[in-house]
Amino acid sequence: MSELPGDLLYTSEHEWLRKEDDGTVTVGITDHAQSALGDLVYVELPEVGQEVEAGGEMAVVESVKAASDVYAPISGEVVAVNVDLSDDPEKINADPYEDGWIVRLRPTSDDGESMSPDEYQAFLDELED
Amino acid sequence: MGNKTPLYEAHVAAGAKIVDFGGWDMPLHYGSQLEEHHAVRQHAGAFDVSHMTVVDVSGTDARAFLRHLLANDVARLSTPGRALYSCMLNETGGVVDDLITYYRGDNAYRVIVNASTRDKDLAWMAKQASAFDMVVKERAELAMIALQGPEACERAASLIDPGWREQALALRPFHAIEAGDLFIARTGYTGEDGWEVVMPAERAAAFWRSALDAGIRPCGLGARDTLRLEAGMNLYGSDMDETVSPLEAGLGWTIAWEPEDRGFVGRSALTEMRERSDRQRFAGLVLEDKGVLRDHMRVVVDGIGEGVITSGGFSPTLERSIAMARIPAGDYDRAKVEVRNRLLDVRVVRMPFVRNGKAQIDIQGDKS
Repeated sequence: MSELPGDLLYTSEHEWLRKEDDGTVTVGITDHAQSALGDLVYVELPEVGQEVEAGGEMAVVESVKAASDVYAPISGEVVAVNVDLSDDPEKINADPYEDGWIVRLRPTSDDGESMSPDEYQAFLDELED
Repeated sequence: MGNKTPLYEAHVAAGAKIVDFGGWDMPLHYGSQLEEHHAVRQHAGAFDVSHMTVVDVSGTDARAFLRHLLANDVARLSTPGRALYSCMLNETGGVVDDLITYYRGDNAYRVIVNASTRDKDLAWMAKQASAFDMVVKERAELAMIALQGPEACERAASLIDPGWREQALALRPFHAIEAGDLFIARTGYTGEDGWEVVMPAERAAAFWRSALDAGIRPCGLGARDTLRLEAGMNLYGSDMDETVSPLEAGLGWTIAWEPEDRGFVGRSALTEMRERSDRQRFAGLVLEDKGVLRDHMRVVVDGIGEGVITSGGFSPTLERSIAMARIPAGDYDRAKVEVRNRLLDVRVVRMPFVRNGKAQIDIQGDKS
């Protein structure tokens, strides 16, 4: 497994968050998540402007194997979605932390729980045992 | 820890993702299921199918036993080396398993059944065997490798002893030869040309390595499933089981009704079902929208009724979702499928979806 990017936060649902300079938060799924899902073939994205709640369903990623919900790691308003994923869902497999981003949110509150890279790594190590 | 085939170590060394399949630790994929799928459609792929159960049936009554046991008629196997696909039914016409029978000559047959059904199949065969003078013998010591794809035989030819090579390459579909200790059949589960090769377990690792050296790509069960779905080939446990008859699983063509006096297990139940006009259809579905059809999703046919998807997934060749479904009787070519609380449009089509690398259905979404 490749090393986790150090500038991101992570959730127990295997999503990552990046706090952008403009106050928005970019969200995707981790390398661990894409690897467990296998080749992705479809991504269902939310509408821009939609309000999401921390822990609520925000998007769906479907692989050759199964469908999997992507949960909102924080409450917020969807300000952008990665429309490239409609035609190229495999971008998530190829580059989960950059080209494979899924949603950008403008936080509406300070909720949601996340982990540092070290904490997430420890969480993954525990899953492997 | 599950059962392991003789190739397990090779799979792990090759970086395979291992999953449990019917009690066996099997490779799901070696990195990318999609790439493995395309390799088989365009070139050649190798599958470890050693988990499947090989059963040899031999003796004076071997033929009579199989004519009693199977819904298809092994009397059709007139010459050694011929193969026949059939269902093995229970008394109510439900499918105990689907299998391939090869005639080996001299009252000897080889039957290959599924892995996950091994125990109940052997028990069912034993139960049906009592009145017949023959022997049913499992050959657990044998391994099996499927080489599939338009270039599979050509690339694998070097793996066959020169004395047998020409004959193996000349095999017609559903024919087999015994080449020394290799049993080579022109059969498969992908909709492509290829061989399935049964061999002693101790030969399997070297044979596998040679296949890979010959440019054949190792493929896991994931690709095997999307390939067989595109090919419109049923999967036992999903598309049919003991509560479903071959008539409701698109397998009516495998029932040998003639001769009328052949009394195979399940015949009277099937005969009754055959008369019913409200019998469900088994058909292919193609999703018009984006999304993925999955097993067990509900199919809605306006004004007619409801059905269910028995196998659904993404077709890498057609780049859209396809499914097999049991749906209400009637003449219609449109339906809807409930996907996460939304009803999406599907077209009802004849299978296969893909055969020999080519789409068999119109994929533009026009009415055909």
